[in-house]
Amino acid sequence: MTQKQMLVRLALIAAIPFLAGLPSAFAQESHVGNLTGHANEGKQLYRRYCIGCHGPEGDSNGENAPWIDPKPRDFTAATFKCRSTPTGTLPTDQDLYNAVQRGFVTTNMPSWNPLTPQQRVDLVAYVKTFSPRWKTEKPGTPINIPAETPVTIESILHGRELFQKMECWKCHGPSGHGDGPSAATLTDSKDNPIRPYNFSTGSRFKCGETNQDLYRIFMTGLDGTPMPSFADVIKPNDAWDLVHFLRTLQTLRTQEATLWKNYQAAHGAEIKPIGPDAGGGQ
Amino acid sequence: MKRNLLLLLATLVLLVGVTNAGSPAPPATATVSGKVTYTGTPPKMKPIDMAKEPSCAKQHATPVTTENVMTGPENALEFVVVYISAGDTPGAAPTEVARYDQKGCQYIPHVLPMQVGQVLQIFNDDQTSHNIHPLAKVNPEWNKSQPAGSAPIDTKYDKPEFIPVKCNIHPWMHGYFVVLNTAHYSITGQDGSFSLKGLPPGKYTLTAWQEQYGTQTQEVTLAAGETKAVNFAFKALPY
Repeated sequence: MTQKQMLVRLALIAAIPFLAGLPSAFAQESHVGNLTGHANEGKQLYRRYCIGCHGPEGDSNGENAPWIDPKPRDFTAATFKCRSTPTGTLPTDQDLYNAVQRGFVTTNMPSWNPLTPQQRVDLVAYVKTFSPRWKTEKPGTPINIPAETPVTIESILHGRELFQKMECWKCHGPSGHGDGPSAATLTDSKDNPIRPYNFSTGSRFKCGETNQDLYRIFMTGLDGTPMPSFADVIKPNDAWDLVHFLRTLQTLRTQEATLWKNYQAAHGAEIKPIGPDAGGGQ
Repeated sequence: MKRNLLLLLATLVLLVGVTNAGSPAPPATATVSGKVTYTGTPPKMKPIDMAKEPSCAKQHATPVTTENVMTGPENALEFVVVYISAGDTPGAAPTEVARYDQKGCQYIPHVLPMQVGQVLQIFNDDQTSHNIHPLAKVNPEWNKSQPAGSAPIDTKYDKPEFIPVKCNIHPWMHGYFVVLNTAHYSITGQDGSFSLKGLPPGKYTLTAWQEQYGTQTQEVTLAAGETKAVNFAFKALPY
């Protein structure tokens, strides 16, 4: 072995700890658009804005937590509701960023829009330091959402069939009021009681308000809650039909709601009620 | 100096290689078997009311009960996983598929032991939707809907863990995935008996796990081809 070869080998051996350290260095950073977040900066912001509920260890044991329902997110579990990625995988930085920006409707988590985008990416970087999963795993690949299909009465009717067949009504109720037969027994993964979403309460969902958000919610599921992923059992275009039907459950003057109202007026007698007696799932 | 250091490293690497490859594998023929029992009074299992799911209710002539402490004749404890928790070298995952069924709104088997990396296939044999929700903490937690007639779910777990499984739609459904880092495990039947076969001679820690009563361990040393009897007794409380 020549002196040169030996030196090269030694250099390689010396580099191993640094190479192995790379993923953990990445875990201290977050990337959203062309912004890069840093955990060190995020830590200061976290201690000012988030610690009260999420706790100094990020384990949802902040001093306000006992009085909050639903409970604050436990970052040490790295299980997140609002993801663009398949169930069981880590969310993307963008997903976490969106959650901080949007807040969670019907919970105590406000929108953190008053913070600057840079501050929000920094927070995302810091939140990712609470679980070792961010060092060993990569975020999942976001699910593919095809272009939305046209809103037609056929689409709504098919979506309604899916709502019956997939037994969405078991929790969300036949008219989407969150009052299905299983609703009262639901608990989250920490055994705290949790309510299914009531579609008549407004225009916002936990994970956004657009049709794309709605599509994403039921295809990826809300991890840590009873809401499962339907990605394996609903085909992409059928999923748009379900989105269109779900829109008719909201008390909004949407295109879908108008179509559905007109159809109901003309064909009211033909519409079978949703629920245990409608067949499908029985 | 540098050369000496390299030489030393090379010798070390060689030595490790030789000790690993040099000794012939001892015959894996030892067996440890025994029985798991309880002392005291176990709780009465509660009947489950499946009236909310008629398609499941009609599959059971008499109501099924909860299954967290299942007992058999002569104080036997069922659904106890007995496995080697230390002293065993984990082999490659078996090609055999671990099968889990949802049938009559129950999990069959109630407790499913499997190896790290083994393929797990989950079937819905019912005429109703289930959502299969393994509450993993060490492994990733996922939650998938499986409507009647849909394809089985293929998955696996990469880390050893005792994972409670539930269906949120049917809150009475409870089960366990027991993911183990060893090929040597056994689950007790109604008679409480278990048997771990094909063990190489050595010193092992044997662990018995019951979902409500936790774990018990015993040390066992096996000679080649030896068969040893080891029994476990859990203290049962009526609540």
